Amino acid sequence: MATTNYEKHKSDGTMAGNALEWVDARFPMTSMWRAHLSEYYAPKNFNFWYYFGSLALLVLVIQIVTGIFLVMNYKPDASLNAAGVPVAFASVEYIMRDVPWGWLIRYMHSTGASAFFIVVYLHMFRGLIYGSYRKPRELVWIFGVLIFLVLMAEAFMGYLLPWGQMSYWGAQVIVNLFSAIPVIGPDLSVWIRGDFVVSDATLNRFFAFHVIAVPLVLLGLVVAHILALHEVGSNNPDGVEIKKNKDPKTGIPLDGIPFHPYYTVKDIVGVVGFLIVFSIIVFFAPEGGGYFLEYNNFIPADPLKTPPHIAPVWYFTPYYSILRANTVNFFWLDAKLWGVIFMGLGVVILAFLPWLDRSPVKSIRYRGPLFKGALAIFVVSFFILGYLGILPPTPGRTLVAQICTIIYFAFFLLMPIYTKIDRCKPVPDRVTH
Amino acid sequence: MKTIKTVLIAALLAPVLAWAAGAELHLDKAPDKTGDQLALQHGAKLFVNYCLNCHGASYMRYNRMTDIGLTDDQIRQNLMFTAEKVGEPMTTAIRPAEAKQWFGAPPPDLSVIARSRASEFGSGADWLYTYLRSFYRDPSRPTGWNNTVFENVGMPHALWQLQGIQDAQVEKTKDAAGHEVEHKKLVLTQPGSMTPQQYDAAVADLVSFLVYIGEPAAATRKQLGVWVLIALGILFVLSFALKKNFWKDVH
Repeated sequence: MATTNYEKHKSDGTMAGNALEWVDARFPMTSMWRAHLSEYYAPKNFNFWYYFGSLALLVLVIQIVTGIFLVMNYKPDASLNAAGVPVAFASVEYIMRDVPWGWLIRYMHSTGASAFFIVVYLHMFRGLIYGSYRKPRELVWIFGVLIFLVLMAEAFMGYLLPWGQMSYWGAQVIVNLFSAIPVIGPDLSVWIRGDFVVSDATLNRFFAFHVIAVPLVLLGLVVAHILALHEVGSNNPDGVEIKKNKDPKTGIPLDGIPFHPYYTVKDIVGVVGFLIVFSIIVFFAPEGGGYFLEYNNFIPADPLKTPPHIAPVWYFTPYYSILRANTVNFFWLDAKLWGVIFMGLGVVILAFLPWLDRSPVKSIRYRGPLFKGALAIFVVSFFILGYLGILPPTPGRTLVAQICTIIYFAFFLLMPIYTKIDRCKPVPDRVTH
Repeated sequence: MKTIKTVLIAALLAPVLAWAAGAELHLDKAPDKTGDQLALQHGAKLFVNYCLNCHGASYMRYNRMTDIGLTDDQIRQNLMFTAEKVGEPMTTAIRPAEAKQWFGAPPPDLSVIARSRASEFGSGADWLYTYLRSFYRDPSRPTGWNNTVFENVGMPHALWQLQGIQDAQVEKTKDAAGHEVEHKKLVLTQPGSMTPQQYDAAVADLVSFLVYIGEPAAATRKQLGVWVLIALGILFVLSFALKKNFWKDVH
């Protein structure tokens, strides 16, 4: 990012002009504005799928702002109040009833969590179909995978805070997974919880992580993700590099348009469209049919009463299914540990996509039937895994989950083969409109 | 893209195929009276008279009931038995430790009970509506009562004077697979002060009140939502026009 190459602002004598000149002499204001907005050239053929990046940023802002107001009233305290209810649980209901507009900020935050994953999953799928992870955007993609991973940690820890039955037992199940690690496992899970069971100590440290530590990491990664993107430039639905065709005089890509104002005004349409859907959920279905706010989580956490069925929130269910699909003790390792390993690999393997894909083309528009078929089967398996993760396991469901887990990994591991031998179509020189 | 779309549709149908029947729970549909202030006030009266002795609604303040058309004075004179000030939460006088001894478990706080009882079988209101009408006499239980919705529940039938006493008659029927299935049919053997129709209506009022205290802001939320959507709708048209205008020179 050659920010210092830009000319600094010269005042036209107005007050605003003077102020900008003063700032520019001390801070790269004009150059940053140009590098990232007014002279950042994005391909002109972005379609519907390209809304979800800016929407993810919007949801991040919603989560941070509503989160700040929630922290003002929420109490991470597992002790029981005079009425025999955990203080943390009661403080959420206090927000819902006694804090002015508390119900709105709480519903925006709880709906925002699900919205974040919906938007991020769609954003990742966009990358997948248009090959946005391919050279030279490998680091953009890897930062993105890290964001996904950190987002999962953020959501998981945030889910403990309402201190309902699902909060409590979900955390118990997931933290217990670490105890499957040989030798250090049991001590490790005690170290994570700060106690022998999920307790007040766990609630307080998860609160600290959810509110400070993880959001800091998340913001840093988001900045890195965007900086890396602006260094290499955006991909597009044709997978054509717009920087290959520049105007010989100006050096501006022929198929590029300045992000501001073109994509800022376009993204405003996306933002309003998203807010309409978001508001329908917040105002008319905040429980999301029991998927955004689980019914059992309206029961305060009770360490002595294990619910018959512990289901994670919907956005974790595909990976939870992969975890449960591992039922065989293999080598000298416990099935549970294999579950943890495969669940982790399921996310980590995404980072290797840039090197697994050997296709001569990027976009699905010019891919052959092998990639399209593989992607379709992958998407179906992912949906089935997600659905099975909601349900209690039966032998039949476990078998289906095992098949889908194999498909999930086969999509990645066989990619070097099927993308190489696929019959691709010729890619045009310029973007199509 | 066409193949992907076909497969995506197939994926959406897959859950239907994967569905396997679990334990069924049949619930009656609860009449929704949350928009009816008189019904909610009647529900409030039943709640403080019959429920609040053992169960608290500790997230709910007495004066919040101004939502359902009551004044502070009306609340103070008719609905407050154990509290001093109208801004106090609706807590119960029972001691949790003693209640645990008497019933086996301390009676749960009812503030959000209507939200927690929702399941794939019906809404929380449906569950409560069916539950409160499904108590029957069972001498084998410590309280003398049992319930077909909540087997071996610790709670006795608090509303028995209104409903009367039901007895369970075990009926055996054959299901589609030819297996013999037992199910209990409840018969009113000793009438209460209300007719069955009156009792059902009273329970519906009580359940609507429980739904209301589950989320007192629900009515405001829905009203506000309409205005928010109207505003966003206008904004959408404007932002779309703005985009069109800016983009007319992009070819």
